[in-house]
Amino acid sequence: MSRYQKIFDCCKQQKRIAFIPFVMLGDPNLDLSLKIISQLIESGADALELGIPFSDPVADGPVIQASAGRALQNGVTPESALGLIKSVREINSDIPIGLLVYANLVVHNSIEAFYGQCKKAGVDSVLIADVPIRETLIFDQAAQKHDIAQVHILPPDASNKVLNKVAELSNGYTYILGRAGVTGVHSNPQIPSGNIIEQLAINNSAPPVLGFGVSKPEHVKQAKESGFSGVICGSAIVAIVEKHQSDANELMNQLKIFLSMMKEFAQ
Amino acid sequence: MQHSVAINEPENTGYFGDYGGMFVPELLVPALEQLESAFESALVDEKFNKQLNETLANYAGRPTPLYECQNMVSDNACRLFLKREDLLHGGAHKTNQVLAQVLLAKRMGKTRIIAETGAGQHGVATALACALHKLPCTVYMGAKDCARQQPNVYRMELMGAKVIPVNNGSGTLKDAVNEAMRDWSSSYKDTHYLLGTAAGPHPFPTLVREFQRVIGREARAQILEQLGRLPDTVLACVGGGSNAIGMFTDFLDDKKVELIGVEPAGLGLDTGQHGATLNKGHLGILHGAYSKIMQDSHGQIEESYSVSAGLDYPAVGPEHVFLQAAGRARYFTVTDTEALAAFHALAKNEGIIPALESAHALAYALKIAEQRDGDSVLLVNLSGRGDKDLDYVRSLHTQNNIAQVDEEGY
Repeated sequence: MSRYQKIFDCCKQQKRIAFIPFVMLGDPNLDLSLKIISQLIESGADALELGIPFSDPVADGPVIQASAGRALQNGVTPESALGLIKSVREINSDIPIGLLVYANLVVHNSIEAFYGQCKKAGVDSVLIADVPIRETLIFDQAAQKHDIAQVHILPPDASNKVLNKVAELSNGYTYILGRAGVTGVHSNPQIPSGNIIEQLAINNSAPPVLGFGVSKPEHVKQAKESGFSGVICGSAIVAIVEKHQSDANELMNQLKIFLSMMKEFAQ
Repeated sequence: MQHSVAINEPENTGYFGDYGGMFVPELLVPALEQLESAFESALVDEKFNKQLNETLANYAGRPTPLYECQNMVSDNACRLFLKREDLLHGGAHKTNQVLAQVLLAKRMGKTRIIAETGAGQHGVATALACALHKLPCTVYMGAKDCARQQPNVYRMELMGAKVIPVNNGSGTLKDAVNEAMRDWSSSYKDTHYLLGTAAGPHPFPTLVREFQRVIGREARAQILEQLGRLPDTVLACVGGGSNAIGMFTDFLDDKKVELIGVEPAGLGLDTGQHGATLNKGHLGILHGAYSKIMQDSHGQIEESYSVSAGLDYPAVGPEHVFLQAAGRARYFTVTDTEALAAFHALAKNEGIIPALESAHALAYALKIAEQRDGDSVLLVNLSGRGDKDLDYVRSLHTQNNIAQVDEEGY
């Protein structure tokens, strides 16, 4: 049974949804990033969504752009980012780890090599922000070969054709976009109607997880009520990292407070 | 670190050999597929073509002249022809495809236009087309480009466009594209992203080529009429690649016609300060296409450099990568200094001030002209005029004069 299956089963038994924080690997630097990720695990993250910093993140708003910028400024590379995941795995071998990347970093050496390195580092899933279903075959094949779950995104107002395809292809979990646009807390997610959750269930999709704009406890509550299996919360957490990056103790404290507040509403 | 993995899925449209595709967030796929079908239906729609051709003729000034240089090459050397896209309304070839895309936007019921711009020529073309069709227009432009192309910023604003300077990254065209894509990912329902070159995700490389190929179609007919024969060599500058693909396409089947694209070598190919993507870049994915890209050893996108803002772009249209791989077109480079020399030479000898972008193509033509005999015919796409570059070129001159004065110890 995969790490994702275990955690989603466990959440289901406990009648709660999974809380999945996102941070950028190496933000603001490799050392502090490892502490941040350890704190997230300690504070009750059910799974992790981690980004590899990329110079041109077109799907991200200002907060996550700046986060990638800090990591790159400090010399973080895809290799050192994956190295950081290895260190996380030494601390915790159970938590599902998802990667969020841009296509150029995946194809740069070879697609095969990238997935091989991910597997070696202890990654469970890969989501490529700029590879839609129509271009995904070669990536899905490499993922499958290396036993990595390829995650796909279901955008708002998707046609039935896209929904069926996403349900069929997404592994580990299914990423449901809460709204159009780029990542960020500038506008609230619109919780999709229960219809979509039902349709995904009919198509035997991987557990639906809500992302984009999830920043407040009420979003978590709404996601649970609508039948989601989890939420991904990125920009709100990255903003805490940005604000307290020069005071590690305060940063850990703030992350702890934020996670416990959000998790309360996941119950 | 070239890899040979073919990314192309056989049933997918939007590829030139292995290159191209639609590498965008899932969210934007419906908007691009909508554009693809609007484009395909418009191509065979008589009414659409009639309206476009009338606007190109009566508003934009097509056909543009084909002019044979009188003084640029010595008497015994070859003959040099210029396709005068600099005379097109708006000051560059950009207007051709913008007028078409605005009609497509209206066909799709979009009520707002966004665009990116480098030198400002595409921004100016978009602004004029939006003024003509009464569509609100937002243009993203790198902050560095805004500074070096001030007159074009003002032109856009005069025509009612809102120009948003982009400070992220290098503050040039690449960052302007990023911002435009971010805007589009929340506005696609009512907004058309009017991309300015034959790059980006499918269908843009094909769409922009089809609406720019009027350049080569006219030039081919004009040279046949003037000379009764085809040129030996056709040259065009390549940034994203729209004026080059527009010039090349109707010559592709004329196997004896040599096609040459000219990239900016900036301060020199070995300095790292250039924009010669086809010569120095590696395969990768940026702005929606699998193409050649300037990137570091980790896959992070590098900042390009060129004296000409319009060529200052670290990616290139995928069809050029295909033509290069197939050997049908060859791509060479010209430095800032060589381009500036050609800029001055054309002004002095023919009374034509070219855009710095087009001066790159001209500079390479002048290089090979000396090796050719009197029967040889070169055709250069003079894609834009140099008005926008005057302040910048003049400032370089002032700097040079000061440097010279210092050296001479005055």
